[in-house]
Amino acid sequence: MKRLMNLTPSKPLSIFLSLLPFVLVFFLYGSLSNARLAENPNDKLLPSFSQIGSAIDRLAFNEDKRTGKYILWADTQASVLRIAVGVTISAALGLTIGLFTGLIPLARANLSPIITIISLIPPMAILPILFISFGLGELAKVMLIIVGTAPVIIRDIQMRVLQLPSEQLIKALTLGASTWLVALRVVLPQILPSLLSSMRFSLGAAWLFLIAAEAIAAQEGLGYRIFLVRRYMSMDVIFPYVIWITTLAFLMDFSLKRLSQVCFPWYHSNENGK
Amino acid sequence: MSFLSVKNVYKSYGDNLVLERLNLNVERGEFISMVGASGCGKSTFLNMLLGKEALSKGEIFLEGKSLSQEPDAERGIVFQKYSVFPHLTVLQNIMIADEFSQAPLLGWTFGATKKNIKQKALDFISIVGLTAAIHKYPNELSGGMQQRLAIAQALMKSPKILLLDEPFGALDPGIRADMHELIHDIWQQNNLTIFMVTHDIKEGFELGSRLWVFDKLRHDPQAPNAYGAQVTFDLPLTTKKHKKIAQETLEESSQNV
Repeated sequence: MKRLMNLTPSKPLSIFLSLLPFVLVFFLYGSLSNARLAENPNDKLLPSFSQIGSAIDRLAFNEDKRTGKYILWADTQASVLRIAVGVTISAALGLTIGLFTGLIPLARANLSPIITIISLIPPMAILPILFISFGLGELAKVMLIIVGTAPVIIRDIQMRVLQLPSEQLIKALTLGASTWLVALRVVLPQILPSLLSSMRFSLGAAWLFLIAAEAIAAQEGLGYRIFLVRRYMSMDVIFPYVIWITTLAFLMDFSLKRLSQVCFPWYHSNENGK
Repeated sequence: MSFLSVKNVYKSYGDNLVLERLNLNVERGEFISMVGASGCGKSTFLNMLLGKEALSKGEIFLEGKSLSQEPDAERGIVFQKYSVFPHLTVLQNIMIADEFSQAPLLGWTFGATKKNIKQKALDFISIVGLTAAIHKYPNELSGGMQQRLAIAQALMKSPKILLLDEPFGALDPGIRADMHELIHDIWQQNNLTIFMVTHDIKEGFELGSRLWVFDKLRHDPQAPNAYGAQVTFDLPLTTKKHKKIAQETLEESSQNV
């Protein structure tokens, strides 16, 4: 018998093992829900699958009588738009400022301390300031995502630039490159994959800030909805919404990862076999 | 005036004197091997020729003009590693050298300009024997092939001097022999002036037309950093007889130590 750390699962076993926790959670929930509903058919805490199913049907596939919208899709559209705009602007800021401060010592001396300080401000603490100065509309929510994620991306990109081997930069200079061309043709293409992974990691924070902002002030959005129905203890709505948010987060993460693998094969070749 | 002359050059880091009183003259077409113990300052001297390290005192003249204190296209460099661009294919790695000068704003060339650069790049690629690999990325190449690529890159700008910083240090012995042959041919055919730092004294003998040994002439046991290294032996290696004399000189001196 090999030692435990040397036992590797075969492909089918690996799939079985990875699905097992999901199946267990599913059945555990089912039995707990059944037990509670048998005692009190009006219990709201653990709704049955059919109750959840009818809530999904109501929100996703039937027009809302009051607004004439499909609520789930309207919420999804609003939230995804906010998060996409926020993270995209953060990425653009992170790339330009991070590259600038990473490559140019004068800019680093000038900007690095203030960026570090800004990145330490808890974004939720300045949410009131954002609401006061940008109003309760879309801008404040997008701004919160930017304030929360941009400094982290800037610092990450700056670090990646500093990690480039100095040999490469010197080589470029001996081939006659200007600072601009080193930035454009040597540094930029090499940090784009880092930017994508940095965006992936900041998506978690972005969702957090989005839902927090929506919970406080919004007319629609995934976070707005779950905090709205909380008043009626509508777990049959909250559960599918949470699963839907998780699915969206997973899809965003997965598509950024695939994009990176397709666009930058040279970056990912080191990962093979690991 | 010599092609390259080093006038009373010192280099120190704070109180630590690394190199002192360097006075050297080099003619066009020489191949200088620089050897010495670790920390003797031979790499520091190479970095000063490159413009990566500033001189603490003195001056270096290239063709009568003071050498620029930052790396530029006058000097080509091949490092032991990391000197090719991992995000570009072999062909792009070579072409970028001329795209830098021909497209100062965009960094990319198009049409006829690109075609000319490509032709030139292909010529250099064939000199170093990488024609079969032009569309590969550096991580798909062996260590020896990566160094071939780095050499071809440096040649694109026809640098006045070519600097090699332990270029073959990380390679297998068999591949190293091939590389020696390659660099020797390139040196002879292009009338290049080459400075090479090496740990391998045999390699220094084999390739160079002149050998510099870096060592400290003066020692103060109370303050080991008070004196810097100088070129203690400056030996011509152009003929077999020279090489023999050089070998004997070095053996004699190491016996004294």
